[in-house]
Amino acid sequence: MPALRIENLAKTFPLKKPLFGAAAPGVRAVRPMSFDVETGETLGVVGESGCGKSTLARMLVGLLEPTEGHIEIEGRALDTADPAAFGKLIQYVFQDPNSSLNPRKTIRQVMEAPLKRLHRMPRPERDARISEIFASVNLREEFLDRYPHEFSGGQAQRIGIARALAANPRIMILDEPVSALDVSVQAQVLNLLADLKEKFGLTYLFITHDLAVVEAVSDRIVVLYFGAVVEIGKAESIFANPRHPYTKLLADSAPVVGRPLTAPEQKGSELPDPLNPPPGCAFAGRCPRATDLCRTHVPELREMGEDQLAACHHPIED
Amino acid sequence: MTAFLKLLFRNRLAAMGAVVLTAILILVLITPVLPLQNPDATATADRFKRPFTEGYLLGTDHLGRDLASRLLHGTRLSLAVGVVAALIAATIGSAIGIVAGYFGGRTDNIIMRGVDMLMAFPYILLALAIVAALGPGLMNALIAVAAVNVPFFARNIRGITVGLAGREFIDAARLAGMGHTRIILTELLPNVLPVIIIAMSTTVGWMILETAGLSFLGLGSQPPQADLGSMLGEARSALISHPHTSIVPGIMIFLIVMSINLLGDGVRDALDPRLRSGALSRPRATTLVERAGDIPAATDDLLAIQNLETQFHVGKRIYRAVGGVSLAVKPGECLGVIGESGSGKSVTALSVMGLVASPPGVITGGAVRFQGEDLIGAPYESLRRKRGDRVAYIFQDPLSTLHPLYRVGEQLAEAIRSHHKLGKAEGRARAVQLLKDVRIPNAESRVDDYPHEMSGGMRQRVGIAMALANEPDVIIADEPTTALDVTVQAQILSLLDDLRRERGLAIIFITHDFGVVAQLCDRVAVMYAGRIVEGGPTRAVLDAPAHPYTRRLIACVPELGGGRRALAAIPGLPPAVDDLPSGCAFAPRCDKARESCRAGDIPLAGTHPRAVRCLYPEEAV
Amino acid sequence: MGGYILKRLISAIPVLLGITIIVFLIMSLIPGDPATAILGSYATPENVAKINRDLGLDKPLVQRYFIWLSNMLTGDFGRSYSLNRPVIDEVLERFNATLILAGTAFVLCSVLGILAGVVSAARQYGFADKAITFVVLIGISVPSFFLGMMMILLFAVNMRWLPVSGMFAIYGGGDLPDLIRHLIMPSLALAAVATGVIARLSRSAMLEVLRQDFIRTARAKGVHERRVIMGHALRAAMVSIIPVLGIQAGFVLSGAVYIEIVFQWPGVGRMLVDAILTRDLLLVQGGVVFVAACYVMFNIAVDVAQGLLDPRIKT
Repeated sequence: MPALRIENLAKTFPLKKPLFGAAAPGVRAVRPMSFDVETGETLGVVGESGCGKSTLARMLVGLLEPTEGHIEIEGRALDTADPAAFGKLIQYVFQDPNSSLNPRKTIRQVMEAPLKRLHRMPRPERDARISEIFASVNLREEFLDRYPHEFSGGQAQRIGIARALAANPRIMILDEPVSALDVSVQAQVLNLLADLKEKFGLTYLFITHDLAVVEAVSDRIVVLYFGAVVEIGKAESIFANPRHPYTKLLADSAPVVGRPLTAPEQKGSELPDPLNPPPGCAFAGRCPRATDLCRTHVPELREMGEDQLAACHHPIED
Repeated sequence: MTAFLKLLFRNRLAAMGAVVLTAILILVLITPVLPLQNPDATATADRFKRPFTEGYLLGTDHLGRDLASRLLHGTRLSLAVGVVAALIAATIGSAIGIVAGYFGGRTDNIIMRGVDMLMAFPYILLALAIVAALGPGLMNALIAVAAVNVPFFARNIRGITVGLAGREFIDAARLAGMGHTRIILTELLPNVLPVIIIAMSTTVGWMILETAGLSFLGLGSQPPQADLGSMLGEARSALISHPHTSIVPGIMIFLIVMSINLLGDGVRDALDPRLRSGALSRPRATTLVERAGDIPAATDDLLAIQNLETQFHVGKRIYRAVGGVSLAVKPGECLGVIGESGSGKSVTALSVMGLVASPPGVITGGAVRFQGEDLIGAPYESLRRKRGDRVAYIFQDPLSTLHPLYRVGEQLAEAIRSHHKLGKAEGRARAVQLLKDVRIPNAESRVDDYPHEMSGGMRQRVGIAMALANEPDVIIADEPTTALDVTVQAQILSLLDDLRRERGLAIIFITHDFGVVAQLCDRVAVMYAGRIVEGGPTRAVLDAPAHPYTRRLIACVPELGGGRRALAAIPGLPPAVDDLPSGCAFAPRCDKARESCRAGDIPLAGTHPRAVRCLYPEEAV
Repeated sequence: MGGYILKRLISAIPVLLGITIIVFLIMSLIPGDPATAILGSYATPENVAKINRDLGLDKPLVQRYFIWLSNMLTGDFGRSYSLNRPVIDEVLERFNATLILAGTAFVLCSVLGILAGVVSAARQYGFADKAITFVVLIGISVPSFFLGMMMILLFAVNMRWLPVSGMFAIYGGGDLPDLIRHLIMPSLALAAVATGVIARLSRSAMLEVLRQDFIRTARAKGVHERRVIMGHALRAAMVSIIPVLGIQAGFVLSGAVYIEIVFQWPGVGRMLVDAILTRDLLLVQGGVVFVAACYVMFNIAVDVAQGLLDPRIKT
């Protein structure tokens, strides 16, 4: 049974109805997508701005109600928009450690909240659990009585991770957990996340825009573009042997030491207008391989080889 | 709490306000026990006595009543009514605002519609209508004033709540299992309370004035009960003949409101964290220069930064953001400056043209020479003429670095117009050409766009176009692609490279990304804690880094194609630049550090073209 | 842009309706029978019956509201019993005088306030800044009615420069210079507080804007400092200042009531206060609705100005 299964999950944000005339169709932030996250794996989700990864993440923890489709966590359907219902199974680590901690609460209060609300632990048990978690994330216990603004970015992020762990979840959604951190601190936090995963037997959904980071931490990777999945594949091979032209574009664009500077082949760099999405493949406007078929028919996500799926009419062959 | 009080009273005006207010409050509290005459006792024989007459400290009014006594009793009443009205308005208004802001959607819409309708009235109309309906009287005036001020609180508090409700810690609270009521009371309220208190401090003064005003009109306190307003109102008819009856209550109102305002301002300033770091003062046109020490001699580089020292003076602390940096570029060269946050790379770049915000920035040493001429300490006009014309900047986030209210074409034309005469039509034509140079499609129509109508990548191209407008000799680019998507970044870097080669530009490129430096820059300088720790040709430095920091930094950044692996993290944190250790700044985190590393200043040494600031480098240079 | 104006005008309609509802509800708080309340001492049985017929005062609340509303929409605001003329005539005449007073004060406070704020910010911590800050502090703390009274004492009585009260001289006046001489003190007294508020706000808006990145960009481009402050900073600061001007207009209008009393200015504020004291409730009702409606329209104009200034507001 997969840890997380989503089927035809979609989210459309409705637009305000203008004074005269009908309401324009809403913004399709996430088009119907389906994939599984196996227990114990790290699934990387990568995409640029406008791809829908944050919307997807918020739906998965119940902070946002999906327009269509459904989510199953360890076999149980997540059909309420109430995060508390699933707080013990799935938790979230936010991107910006500073805005995810209440500036007027001590760290102890922050840590106790999930323990009190979700697990209803009595005081002595809570203290023990907090000590345990703090030890796992390499934070000193004296931090418990301080306020968030007294911490550096890396420390604050570790506190955020500790808080998510406190709820004892099985699955963690990590939404750009290291993007706001300095490079040398990023490495510390990424290593910590890997250790925790092993120690507690967690499953991760790791969202980021940084290709090298996602490759370094994931087992499999999902590539999103304009609200849809364009490719799913194994981390070690997806960027080396991409099937979808967008994945190739991403891989070619990332600055790599030793590679000469040439702009990868693409026509323009603009996303389609979300208020006026094109029929057919959303990438057709930028794709060097696009044909009329691409512009009229949305490609389905199909198997393209072992453990690789891509949504393309003219995928790249080896 | 003590820090807050100290900050508050350092402000002398606030302290004065506090003293006056306290004096008034004390007087008012002890009024019942003071040996005063009966404020309502009339004595028509003693009408209109002047102040300092025998037995009447402040004189008497038109009915012979003692003004001093009436003043104190009136003050009591005015203060009490004002404060009660403020509390009522604050409580009701804030509750409404919090509910509207937190729940959002329809609830918010309906509530704010109602509030908007109340705010559509000039306040006096509403107050007059309420008093008209309920009848004149002090209680009714109080109700009117409180009701009229509820929308102010509702609006303000709703605004703050909306901002907070969108913050991630509220989401986290929901994930921790809290229900709405608990979230509002325990997560939201502590953050909103300071704003409520500040808002109350602004409005208590008004409400005292507003109730006094209603009483002045005869609609508030009714005789014989008198507050300060009605005292003033009754004295109006005798204004010309016996001014003291008006002056006495008027001055008291003024003192009360003034002291509340002063104190309120002080409280606001003390609570505003930005003020503590001196952040609310405006930056000067150029960075302050207070140079000590020798000025290095000229060289023949196009742009040479020589031993630059820039500090930030915040309160008593001195942050040595740039502690002696030397860089140089020749025409056509691209120099990369790499470092993490706090390394001083941006401050170095900004110091070149005196753009570091002052306060708190100060340039305290060294020189910056453009074609031999020292820019530090140059007169404003000389610097201004070079800014944008000979040396141009590209900044990181074009949404905040382009003016939001001017069209893109106007901003481009302005870049040229600041240095050369340009007619309107010609300006527009040049702007279109510039947009074409940076490969923006549909330049003719894009030139009339506003920055927010463009995507991030396009805005940054406009930023580049603006930098190129006057065909400068040097471009300083401060992390220009960090905020962009990777596919867009690739195009921008390629564009910059092409432009450099076509026009023989020198570029100083600041970034934290080694991959970018490797692709774009001929030479690289690595900065740490405000100093350069390594420099040399890019290939050489990246293939065989000499400084331990460089080596470890390269090792801890994942590279595409490197596969899954643990990353070799650097333990610890960069040092705070207001408290730098002696010797090597990296020593606390270096696994090779020895005693000699901490002993004294370590110079930048090596055989040209490479240099390293290390006693035990990884590679011999 | 036209679409934006239309949208704002249309959105004013529910607000205007809301105003009428609010005023109506407030007036219905009056204890006792509405007819006797309105007629006061004229409440003879015949008059009561007549007024009940004309205004439907004996009908249920909602119906009364609609009768009143439909009357207003045709221009019939009822009849003032204390002045014995139609409410609308009285209100229009008096509002004209208030408009002259409040309008002048508003222009004064806006121009002076913004100017003071800009100078203060541009020369932060300099002498001008400190002087302006001090004057502003006094200005916002003095009650306008007291200020007016003191001004009369000083300029009219002691120095005899300016007339004591009224809008025109009783004999031989009526022309523009006469109006201006009568307008000087009341409009200054009225503008005092608002000028202070606008000056403070302009100052802090300017300081806030001057810290923005686009100001640094302007300097980096080589734009002259004068233009940086007046062209770039002020333009951006106006986005925050204009809404405050709208709000301060409301305060100026409110303050006019006191100033009209102190200076015996024949405006709508004085009319309302007298009407309350004589319990001429139809006059109060009509006056409040009319002035509030005018204020709503003024705010629409402010919104439109805001939209013209800031292209980020969706048109």
